[in-house]
Amino acid sequence: MLKKIEAIIREDKLNDVKDALHEIGIVGLNVFEIRGHGRQGGITLAGRSGTYQVDMLTKIQVNIILSEHNLDETIEAILKSAYTGESGDGLIFVSPIDEVIRIRTGERGHEAVMYPGDIDERKGRVESKSPGS
Amino acid sequence: MGNAINSGDTAWVLVSCALVLMMTPGLAFFYGGMVRRKNVLSTLTLSFVFMALIGVQWVLYGYSLAFGDSIGGFIGGLNYLGFSGVGAAPNPAYAKTIPQSLFAAFQMMFAVITPALITGAFVERVRFKSFLIFSLIWATLVYDPLCHWVWGKGGWLGALGVLDFAGGTVVHIAAGFSALAFALAIGPRKGFGKNPIEPHNIPLTVLGAGLLWVGWFGFNAGSALAANGVAVNALLTTNTSAATAGLVWMLLSWLDGRPSPLGLVTGMVVGLAAVTPASGFVTPMAAMVIGAVAAPLSYYGIRFRDKRQLDESLDVWACHGVASTWGMVACGLFATTEVNAAGANGLFYGHPGQLGIQLLAIVVTMAFTFGVTFLVAKLLDWSIGLRVTTMEEEVGLDISGHGERAYS
Repeated sequence: MLKKIEAIIREDKLNDVKDALHEIGIVGLNVFEIRGHGRQGGITLAGRSGTYQVDMLTKIQVNIILSEHNLDETIEAILKSAYTGESGDGLIFVSPIDEVIRIRTGERGHEAVMYPGDIDERKGRVESKSPGS
Repeated sequence: MGNAINSGDTAWVLVSCALVLMMTPGLAFFYGGMVRRKNVLSTLTLSFVFMALIGVQWVLYGYSLAFGDSIGGFIGGLNYLGFSGVGAAPNPAYAKTIPQSLFAAFQMMFAVITPALITGAFVERVRFKSFLIFSLIWATLVYDPLCHWVWGKGGWLGALGVLDFAGGTVVHIAAGFSALAFALAIGPRKGFGKNPIEPHNIPLTVLGAGLLWVGWFGFNAGSALAANGVAVNALLTTNTSAATAGLVWMLLSWLDGRPSPLGLVTGMVVGLAAVTPASGFVTPMAAMVIGAVAAPLSYYGIRFRDKRQLDESLDVWACHGVASTWGMVACGLFATTEVNAAGANGLFYGHPGQLGIQLLAIVVTMAFTFGVTFLVAKLLDWSIGLRVTTMEEEVGLDISGHGERAYS
C-alpha cells in the first residue's frame, strides 16, 4: 500500500526536515513553494504609512510517496525536525496513492518508490533492486 | 548683448541635464516596485514613454509655449517652434551665461518627469491609448502654460514675485493635484480596499529612490543655471531636507510598528519634493525644518487618502502635492536674500507679503491643474474610455496591454 505525505512546513525548516529525512533513508521528495494560512491567520507588515495585514504567507510543502510500513517513522522525523512550538509550524496530510510508475524503467507500485540505499534497503526488506518488469 | 558663455556654468548645467533625465528611469523603478508583478512593465512604460513623447513635443512646440515671447502673461508665443532661434547664444531673460539651447534642454527634462509623476495615480488599470492622448493634452494645456506663468519671461505669476526655485508649483503641486483629479475620474483598482494590494518588489523602489535623490541634485542645484554659491546652497538644502524627512518618516513608521524600508525611502522623496521650490532661497537649517514638517504631513496625508477609500494608487498627491505645498509656504517663511540676492525675503526675514504671493501661486496651481485634468480625464472617459476591461485588469497590463511579461 502506497501513501502520500504532504507536509506543510516553515520556509526556514526545509533544510532541517530534508536532513532528518535523509537520516532515516527517505531519498525521494518534491518541494513546492506555496502560499496560504492556517490558524495563525497572517502577519502584520510595515507598509508606507502604518501597518497592514497579510494573510497569505509563503510556506514550503514537501511531498513524499512511500510504502505504508515506512509512514510512522517518516512522520516522526518530520514532526521532530519541523517543530518550533510557535503557531505556524504547519500540518502533515497523509493520503492513499493508487499507483506509481517510474518512467525510466516502467516499474510499478512499491518497486517504483525504492532507491539504492533507501530506508527499505537499509532494513533488509529487499536485497537489491530488480530491473523493471 | 555682451552675454559671454561661461564654460563652468555650461558644464554644470550639462551635467544637471543628464542628472534630471536619470530621474525619470529612477521614478519608473520607484513606482514599478510598488505595483503587482503583473503590472510592472506597464508601470515602467508609463514613465519611460515620456522621454520619447515629451522629447519630441518639447522640441516641436512645448518649449515655445512655455518660454516663447509672452502673450499677455498666459502663454508663450510660437517664436521658438522647432527650437528655431534656440541656439548657442544665451537668452539673458533665462540664463546669461549658458547657451539658450542648453536651458531649453534642461527644461525639457522637467517637462518629461512631471507628467511621469502623475502616472502613480492610475497604474494597474489605465488604458494605454487613452493615457497617451491624455498625456499629450496635459503637457500642452497644463504643463506648458503653468510653466510659462511661473518661469516664462512675462509670465503672470512670476511677475507677481512668486518664489519657486525648481518646480514646487510647476512640477510637484501640478503633478500631485492632477494625480488626485485623475484618480477621482478613473476610479479604484478592482479589489481595492478589500484585499491589500502589495508592492511586488520593494528593492526596485529603493533603487529608484536612490536614483531620484542623486538626480535631484541636478534638478535643484542645476536650477541655479550656474556653477555658483546658489547652486551649492540648493544642493545642501536638498540633501538636508531629504535626510531629515527620511529620518522623521522612519521614526513615524517605527512608532506604528517597524522602521519600514519603503517608508524610509518614501520619506526621502517627500523631503526632496518639499524643498524643491525653496532650495535656492533658504538656508540648510530652514531645509531641516522643511523636511521635518513635510514627513508627517505626507505620512498622515496617505492615511487620510486611505481612509477616504480613494485609490490614488502610489500617493502622488500625498507625497508630491502635499509636501511641495508646504515647501511653497515654507519658501514664503524662510526665504532670505542672504542666500540668493535674486530671490526675496520671507515672513521671518521681514517680508510677510511674500507668504501671500506664495499662497496665491499654490491656490492657482491647485485649481488650474486639478480642474483641467479632471475635465480632460472625464471627457476621455466618456469618449474612448480611461480604463482597460475587467478581464484585462485581472490578467495584468503587462500581458493584456503590452504583450510582454516581466518575469518568466
